[in-house]
Amino acid sequence: MKADPRGVLTGTHFLDGDHACCEGALAAGARFAAGYPITPSTEVVERFASRVPKVGGTFIQMEDELAASITLQGAVWGGAKAFTVTSGPGFSLMMEHIGYAAMTETPCVFVDVQRGGPSTGLPTLPAQADMMQARWGSHGDYEIIALCPNSPQECFDLTIQAFNFSEEFRVPVMFMMDEVVGHMTEKVIIPPADQIEVVPRRHTRKAVEDYLPYGTNGDGVPEMAHAGEGYKFHVTGLTHDEHGYPNMTPATQDKLVRRLQNKIHDAIDRITLLEEECFDSEDVVVVSYGITSRVAQRAIEMARERGLKVGKLRLITCWPFPEKRIRELAATTKAFVVPELNLGQMVREVERAANGKARTFAVPHAGGSVHRPEDILKVIVEASR
Amino acid sequence: MQLQLTELRIAGFGGQGVILSAIVLGKAASIYQGAYATMTQNFGPEARGGACSAQLLISGDPILYPYVTQPDIMVVMSQEAYTRFVPELKEGGILIVEQDLVRVTDLPRQTKVYSCPATRLAEELGKRMVLNSVMVGFFTAVTRLLEKEAVRKAVADSVPSSFCELNLKAFETGYEYGVQSLQESPHAQQFEHVSYAEE
Amino acid sequence: MTILDVTNPVEPFLRTDRMPHIWCPGCGIGTTVNCFARALIESKIDLQSLALVSGIGCTGRVAGYVKLDSFHTTHGRAIPFATGLKLANPKLNVIVYSGDGDLSAIGGNHLIHAARRNIDLKVICVNNLIYAMTGGQTAPTTPGHAITSTSPYGTCEPAFNLPHLVEAAGAVYVARWTTFHVKQLARSIGEAFQKKGFSFIEVISPCPTLYQRRNKLGDGLDTMKYYKEKSKVKHGAPTSEVGLTMTGEIIVGKFVDRDRPDYQSLLHAQMVESLGESYVEPSETVCSCS
Repeated sequence: MKADPRGVLTGTHFLDGDHACCEGALAAGARFAAGYPITPSTEVVERFASRVPKVGGTFIQMEDELAASITLQGAVWGGAKAFTVTSGPGFSLMMEHIGYAAMTETPCVFVDVQRGGPSTGLPTLPAQADMMQARWGSHGDYEIIALCPNSPQECFDLTIQAFNFSEEFRVPVMFMMDEVVGHMTEKVIIPPADQIEVVPRRHTRKAVEDYLPYGTNGDGVPEMAHAGEGYKFHVTGLTHDEHGYPNMTPATQDKLVRRLQNKIHDAIDRITLLEEECFDSEDVVVVSYGITSRVAQRAIEMARERGLKVGKLRLITCWPFPEKRIRELAATTKAFVVPELNLGQMVREVERAANGKARTFAVPHAGGSVHRPEDILKVIVEASR
Repeated sequence: MQLQLTELRIAGFGGQGVILSAIVLGKAASIYQGAYATMTQNFGPEARGGACSAQLLISGDPILYPYVTQPDIMVVMSQEAYTRFVPELKEGGILIVEQDLVRVTDLPRQTKVYSCPATRLAEELGKRMVLNSVMVGFFTAVTRLLEKEAVRKAVADSVPSSFCELNLKAFETGYEYGVQSLQESPHAQQFEHVSYAEE
Repeated sequence: MTILDVTNPVEPFLRTDRMPHIWCPGCGIGTTVNCFARALIESKIDLQSLALVSGIGCTGRVAGYVKLDSFHTTHGRAIPFATGLKLANPKLNVIVYSGDGDLSAIGGNHLIHAARRNIDLKVICVNNLIYAMTGGQTAPTTPGHAITSTSPYGTCEPAFNLPHLVEAAGAVYVARWTTFHVKQLARSIGEAFQKKGFSFIEVISPCPTLYQRRNKLGDGLDTMKYYKEKSKVKHGAPTSEVGLTMTGEIIVGKFVDRDRPDYQSLLHAQMVESLGESYVEPSETVCSCS
């Protein structure tokens, strides 16, 4: 399906990542957002609040992030594409509702513009330290998808992708920006609406009597109905059967939780988005994501100028973790170097996937700024010995 | 001509259009001149107390590292910004100052200094608010970093339509002032009141 | 031979395949559901337009038993979920059906803000004065001196007077009944459907298993006798005077019935005033289905 032209601000703009993310959401068809102000993410909803009344939609500023993160899910079941936007402490408050969205298979997008933590931390300065929280922050076993943009242009493009994945798999998608990407202004090209592919809701066409709210047709993703259409369905965060009714037995739990996991695992190749510059038996592959990937790119170029054989793997999809590609590269490379604006999060995944076949070097940074390219270069040099 | 990676800092106080100036120059480079530009602004305690500053990188190639490390060019519109930021300026860099608001002291001798009474020129045009467009025009003339037409379009594209004409006039005024300054002193203006730092 | 029609008239409103329900003998929640169903019959409201949202707790399970689009949400968040549902599809009649702990403790902030905004929601709050699902702990509504599992020597905290709270926050319709007042309760629910804005009906309901037993207040029947004897109907009573005690009088009735523009009317008026013709009504574009 093509984007609704009313939401698409076609043209060449000079936008920061937060504003580009908002335009991406509008282009993807989001017509509802609930939010609570928090630096450095607020600009996304400020723009949405200004734009959406002219496009046909609603923004509501809720009393807290607990409210915002469930209000948007009410809107989804009312028929809207919806999202919320937050940072740091607000993201922590939303965790329960990420689990609720995963359990009830509510398609929606959570934007997290990462700032330094823990706690109030560095409200105006960057970090990438919510990566594990995005994956594991809610209790229980569940799967989400997480995307990491590294420019305002990608904040636009990948927000659309985030909505598309959420609709296709009926899963909450974490859009993991960082303060630098959110607040940096660059050229953003917004194409005409007829060049923007939008995944529509998996809305059922079944008759009321044939509709099973959580029954699937083989691909593990059920069809959805909206309130008010006569289906009289039930949605619960309790373990439920195909009717959507609570059924708290180990057998139902096993079937449900495995399906929630498998619908993502089975499609991992399609969900995995990577940017790669690996030619042939590199000594070192630098694995990075978000703003750090741009700093790493400079370090890679500096290393290549010194004659080192260095490849690049940028994770656009961070979750599900693209472990297959890491495994493949581990067979032909000596070492992975993983710079990130935290004290070692995704590097654990790289190390796990490499499984001893290649060495793994972290380049930790506590946040508040970005790495100096020289610091990454130093580790590349060390790793290629 | 291929643009080299050029690092800029624009600094002053709130209400001078510091951020807007950076947006205009960034747009000119990336949208109207087919190059690349990355702008970041300072948030947090640094942005308080009326101080305001923007960083802009311009390049013919995609920009990777998003921050200014050592500015090649600095536009300074307040004394506070001068004191805080000028020590960062690259050796032999270009310093553009608001003539009536900044007293230039303690500069390395190689620094090229250009000075423009942007506020006064803007007031003469009837609106103090357009001083940033005067400054952008002046910048365009003296640095010759960006094409005049590209910057002109970016000005027109960035200001409210009701003030477009006035801003373009301000841009031309600043540009003309810059051209004259260059004719009078092609390499850089010299100031009697500049006291140079020990080298 | 005469065949008796044994179908309960409220059956069409219930998921009979979900019976038996989980509520204890003597619990009042089932009674409230019965009243709710009767209110639906009498109001002849289009069932397809109804959506019912519950939080967590014994009353939270209501969503699972009504044959409506129904949402069993997270603890305390029924109101914000319902807010999103209503804003995305203003044609829906959205009911929030939950307990006192869910709505006024963990969800208390949402309760007052929804009332302040005057979101068009009908809130039915079954108040059994205790956290029942988790085994009888103190709630913000537990009257002074009552024994609970977390106040084994008696509750010392002052309790919320919910009608007073929601009136102060801006509700347009506030009533209280007990599970003894089945007709009045059904009528109140019907009235709330006629109101546009945040309506709040508190239903005092027994929890014989935990509250009544621990406090030696008898069984379900004894509680009905208590409700009958100690309830006093005072329509229009100042809500500041309707606080509850453990064994004292229960003031019931319709306390507040006033008109204030609801959130969506205010939003619409504000947007039309500010944006004029460039304002696009949300309802025209919301459903982005295939």
